[in-house]
Amino acid sequence: MVSSSAYMILSATIFAIGVLGVLVRRNVLVMFMSIELMLNGVNLALVALSRQLGSLDGQVLVFLVMTVAAAEAAVGLAIIICLFRNKKSVNVDDFNLMKW
Amino acid sequence: MDNEENMNYVYLVPLFPLIGFLINGLLALRQKTSFDQKGPARSLVSWIGCASVGLSFLTSIAIFFELLALPAGERVVQKIVFPWILSGEFQIDIGFLLDPLSSIMILVVTGVGFFIHVYSTGYMAGDKGYARYFSYMNLFTFFMLMLVLSNNFLLLYLGWEGVGLCSYLLIGFWYEKKSASDAGKKAFIVNRVGDFGFALGVMLIFWSFGSLNFSQVFENAPHVLALGGGLVTVMTLLLFMGAIGKSAQIPLYVWLPDAMEGPTPVSALIHAATMVTAGVYMVARCHTLFLLAPVTMGVVAVIGAATAIYAASIGLVQNDIKRVLAYSTISQLGYMFLACGVGAFTAGIFHLMTHAFFKALLFLSAGSVMHALAGELNMQKMGGLKKYVPITFWCFLAGTLAISGIPLFSGFFSKDEILWKAFSSPHGHLLLWVVGAITAGLTAFYMFRLFFMIFLGKSRMDPKVEARVHESPKPMTIPLMVLAVLAVIGGYVGIPHSLGGSNRIEGFLSSVFEQGHSAGGEAVHHAPSVEYLLMIISIGVVLVAIFIAYRFYVKNLKIPRMLAEKYKFPYRVLFNKYYVDELYAKVLVNPLLNLALFLWKQFDVLVIDGAANGIASIVKGFGLVIRRTQTGYLRNYALSLVFGAMLILTYYILR
Repeated sequence: MVSSSAYMILSATIFAIGVLGVLVRRNVLVMFMSIELMLNGVNLALVALSRQLGSLDGQVLVFLVMTVAAAEAAVGLAIIICLFRNKKSVNVDDFNLMKW
Repeated sequence: MDNEENMNYVYLVPLFPLIGFLINGLLALRQKTSFDQKGPARSLVSWIGCASVGLSFLTSIAIFFELLALPAGERVVQKIVFPWILSGEFQIDIGFLLDPLSSIMILVVTGVGFFIHVYSTGYMAGDKGYARYFSYMNLFTFFMLMLVLSNNFLLLYLGWEGVGLCSYLLIGFWYEKKSASDAGKKAFIVNRVGDFGFALGVMLIFWSFGSLNFSQVFENAPHVLALGGGLVTVMTLLLFMGAIGKSAQIPLYVWLPDAMEGPTPVSALIHAATMVTAGVYMVARCHTLFLLAPVTMGVVAVIGAATAIYAASIGLVQNDIKRVLAYSTISQLGYMFLACGVGAFTAGIFHLMTHAFFKALLFLSAGSVMHALAGELNMQKMGGLKKYVPITFWCFLAGTLAISGIPLFSGFFSKDEILWKAFSSPHGHLLLWVVGAITAGLTAFYMFRLFFMIFLGKSRMDPKVEARVHESPKPMTIPLMVLAVLAVIGGYVGIPHSLGGSNRIEGFLSSVFEQGHSAGGEAVHHAPSVEYLLMIISIGVVLVAIFIAYRFYVKNLKIPRMLAEKYKFPYRVLFNKYYVDELYAKVLVNPLLNLALFLWKQFDVLVIDGAANGIASIVKGFGLVIRRTQTGYLRNYALSLVFGAMLILTYYILR
């Protein structure tokens, strides 16, 4: 079998890619995808550890996380649509009115 | 000290004016526009204003007769309405002390006050602030009655302060006129200086006796305080300081002449008959304490005599009729304090009573003259008024005869009693008598000067004014006539023994002042011939003064003008009131004003506002710096999120 540390490394990698995506990309939709990536990375870690520790708590938590991710994606995309209607742009640097 | 079943209604005496004040005050607040001349609201105000004092007067009469029904030694009744302050061992009640002294005072206050209120309905008719006027007058009457009826020092102080407040309100009644509002402020502030001393005196009393109740203080006084000791001297001097302020003696008299800015009935009530006599009443009430301090008695007598002659000298050359009467009031108050200072408290109170009658009469008559002449105050523009206003003429004459001390009029008996006691009492002195006699002459001179210049001789009136001269309406003349009768017969309750009378008032008050006779020592028994001699000398001085005034102001007006030219310097000093107001302004008022200005412009603006604004600027500076973190740039926020998360993780990993 593959050792559980491989799963952890993979999970960390996916998470890191997601973080970098949020920080670096300019397109709001791509930032959202990166956030989903982060969530999925965490899901992977949870499932792997649940398998390793023999407890089902991790897998139940994954369910929760997926539900929340779905809801959050729905709300977030709705916000993005409103933003787009106002600014006609999906470049996150354009939404900079709340500044000093 | 017993709780009689009678006289339970004594609380009504101050209650009626208080109710009058509340109702009239509400009416005054309600009216936004001026009262119309004969509207229903105006007569309602008049009725309530006068009836409240009138009912008080009737109640006072009832109390007086009930008091008389008691045997002479037991004429002291205390009535406690309710406890006011209960603080551990310190208890003050709203309590009333009824004895001959307070009953005389309430009769004078409510009686003279009632007639002045009636007079005011005529005098103040047509004034915009009619309801406000009557509410203030009722409030004043309430406070004055609380002052004279109280059975403890704190309630007396309440009345004391209250009458000062009402005096301020009434002097500055026409507040749109700057001189009037200034005069009101001056009265209140100068009074305050005296009240400061009075408050210290009261505190000293509490510290020495543990109580502020009159009966407890006065009964224990000989035991607690040493005769002539430092404590009692300081205590009484402080109390007297309050009297100096309230009763306009040297050096705190300067507010009284300015107080003539108020309406004339106010001058009659407050600055002649009642408020200024509060000081005399207080000294008489505390006679037990004063008799234990011979030094203070001397101070009181000297200040009284000095004020009497000083104010009389200023009154000799004033041209404003109300100013002359104001200085006359100060002078007569000096007489009352002279009496108290030599231990003749009965004589002082007797003179208080007769003075209330004739001084109120004189002020109201002056108001009648002003009414006839459309507000003219300068006696140089009057003259020959007799034929136009006969009622005012005769009433004014009665008052002038009374104040000059012409025999058979009330002022003669009371003033003569004071002069005799100034000479013969163990605290008295020949010099005090001499000053008193000279002042009597000066008084007669300036009062008759006033009288002659207004009513007799050739007319110096402005022709337009003269064409419209008219006698005053009935609400004004009837009180004048009543007071004139009182000014004539009021002295008959005090005909001294030497003239064959029974001196009823002395007998009546003796139960209050019995200490006076024992602690002061028996008066040196002079032969009655000495008393007659002194009486004749003082009458002679008065008659000479009247004769001189007649020569000067009826026969040949050129004589006083020539004298004024010849003796320019004394004339100017007297005319300018010895420049005391200017002196006070330079030495006291302006430095204080400058200090206040300095504290305002420099300290308040620079230091205090600077500190408050400075703190605000510092916070603002911080804000200027820190707000730069809010760039509005989403990815910066995301970065700081990640940094924060990493820091926390690092912390947990390294722990």
